[in-house]
This record gives sequence, structure tokens and C-alpha cells, in this order.
Amino acid sequence: MLLIGTVSVSWYLAVGAVLFVLGAVCMATKRNLLGVLMGVELVLNGANMNFIAFGSKVLRPEGSLGLDGQLIALFVIVLAAAEAAVALAIALNFYNNHNTVDVDRANELNG
Amino acid sequence: MDLIAVAWPYWHQFFFIIFAATAVGFGFGVLLSKNVVRMAFYLVLSLGSTAGLFFLAGAEFVGAMQLMIYVGGTLVLLIFGVMLTAQKDFINMDTHTQDWILATIVGGSLLMVLLFAAFGADDWSTPQDINDAQVEATKEATPLGLALTGIRVDKLGDSGDAVDDGKSGYLMPFIIVSIHLLVVLIGAAYMARTKKLSHATDDKSSRAKLMLFKMEHESEQLEEETYVVTHRGKSALNPLDPQNEN
Repeated sequence: MLLIGTVSVSWYLAVGAVLFVLGAVCMATKRNLLGVLMGVELVLNGANMNFIAFGSKVLRPEGSLGLDGQLIALFVIVLAAAEAAVALAIALNFYNNHNTVDVDRANELNG
Repeated sequence: MDLIAVAWPYWHQFFFIIFAATAVGFGFGVLLSKNVVRMAFYLVLSLGSTAGLFFLAGAEFVGAMQLMIYVGGTLVLLIFGVMLTAQKDFINMDTHTQDWILATIVGGSLLMVLLFAAFGADDWSTPQDINDAQVEATKEATPLGLALTGIRVDKLGDSGDAVDDGKSGYLMPFIIVSIHLLVVLIGAAYMARTKKLSHATDDKSSRAKLMLFKMEHESEQLEEETYVVTHRGKSALNPLDPQNEN
């Protein structure tokens, strides 16, 4: 507990940054199409963490975004659901047409 | 419960460390695991811990929505995708070593920049003395719902151009998101539907379709065989029955 003293917005931002970077690296390195999708989810959550931290009245008594941060976070959650639905449909189509989920095999437009 | 919170001043730090460690730790699990089924499970735990951090930051409604929509809806959808595609070759997939090296360099430098920015501003890194008076539960569902209809009950005291005339409400984004969800779900259902077997045009799709056709044919054959086996006693003249050939 004495390790971090009192919590500030920066700690939440740090957690969000780590989640964002983990998601970005996951998107870049995974060969499984579903793994890439999981990376996208991590990135969106890292961004959401920042909105929540800046909108928190507990962490920032003055100058906080207030409800705006939470509203944007809600929109991000809804759009992530929509994105997952479409991306999953594309992934299943890719799997049906190519019999694989390896993204490296999707190279037909390679010049 | 109140007594514990009052008696122990470090509860916020304590739960922050627990939730942050599980969120980041299982995030690393998603990144480092090769098994796609385990990755999905680690992602569920990581996003659940993120919801815990939302609760801790005072955003109870968003935390509940994170659990219900994200963990309960989106990730279940993702796990269904994993179940539909996790055939024997695709469960474990190795990443190339050069990809790991490049991604570690780029990700590490990105993390350095982001952490530098996160701790750079004095306004953000000022420690807040979180006392119990600030943390008592606020009812946020009603202000959030009214803000989605364009009424900002949390800004009633404010004046100024930005707040007047309902400009600060979220009615328009709400409508856009609603239409967007409708379009997206219709499009996803249209794209993911099972297609009829048609004449093949190119190599790879024709191979896939041939495989599908074979699988369907096999299942039909299986049905016929089970029919024969179950009806052997009753229908001696069944043309499908191999005993009739003698």
C-alpha cells in the first residue's frame, strides 16, 4: 500500500496504456484471425480506461470530464459490440472460403 | 461493509493494485498464450478486472455495462467464433520470431511514450486524498440516460454557449449509434449466413465447396445408414438395406 501512496489519474492512465500496447502488439503478432480480434478488444479497453479516469469525479475533483467521459465510454462499448459482430462474420466467411484462420494466407491481393 | 471501508484507509489502493495486476497480467496472458481457447479465457478475466477498475473510479454504470455487454455479449460472441473455427491445426499457432522482435521494439517504445505522457502532466499525477465522503454511491444511470436524450441534468447550473439549447446532449450520437447497430447486425447476419452450393468459379473456393459438399453427403449417408439400422426389422424390402442384395 505504501508502494504507491495515494492513487492519481496517472495510475489509471498507466494501466490503460499497458492494455493498449498489449492489444496493439497482439494485433501485430497473432496469426490467428480471432487473436487479432482479441487484440482489438484490448485496445478499445485501454482507451476506455482513459475516458473513465478523466471522467472520474473521485480521481479529479475539479476539472474532470464528468458524465461526458462515461458517455463516450458507453459509446465505445456499443461500437465494440458492433465491430465484433461484423469482424466475426468476416472471419467465418474467410474460414468457409479458405479453410483456414491464418491471416498470412489471406494474400491473394498481394502484388 | 461500511465499517471495513471506514476502518481501513488504504482500500482504494488495495483494490486498485488487485484489479490492475489482474487486468495487465491476463492481458499478457492473451498476448503470450499460443492456444486460442486460453486466449479467449484470459481476455474474459482481463476485461472483467477492467470493469472492476471502472467501479473503483466511480463509474458504476459503465462498469456494469462493461460486464453485461462486453464480457457477457461481445466476448461470448468471440468465444463462439473460436469454437466454430478451432480445428486441430488452428488451436495452436506460433508467431514468427522476427515478428516478436519487431513487435517488442515497437510496442516497448510506444509504451515508453504513453507512460511518459501519463506521468508527465502535473495535473494528472497529483495524488488525490480519497476520503469516504467522496466515494459514496452516486446515482448515475438517470443522468446518463437523460444525457442520451439531450438533457444534461448534471450541467443545469452551468451557463454558456456550449450548454445552451441542448447542444451538450448526446441525442444525435445516440441515434447514429442506434442506426449503426441496426445496419451492422443486418449486415453481419447477411454475411455469416450459410450459402447454398453453387457452381464454383475459382480454385480455393471450389475446393472448400467440394469439401462442404462431401461433408453434407457424408452426413446424408450416415442418416440413411441409421435409418436402415433402425428400420431393419420392419421394412425387409428397403432398397437401401444391404441384406436385400443377396
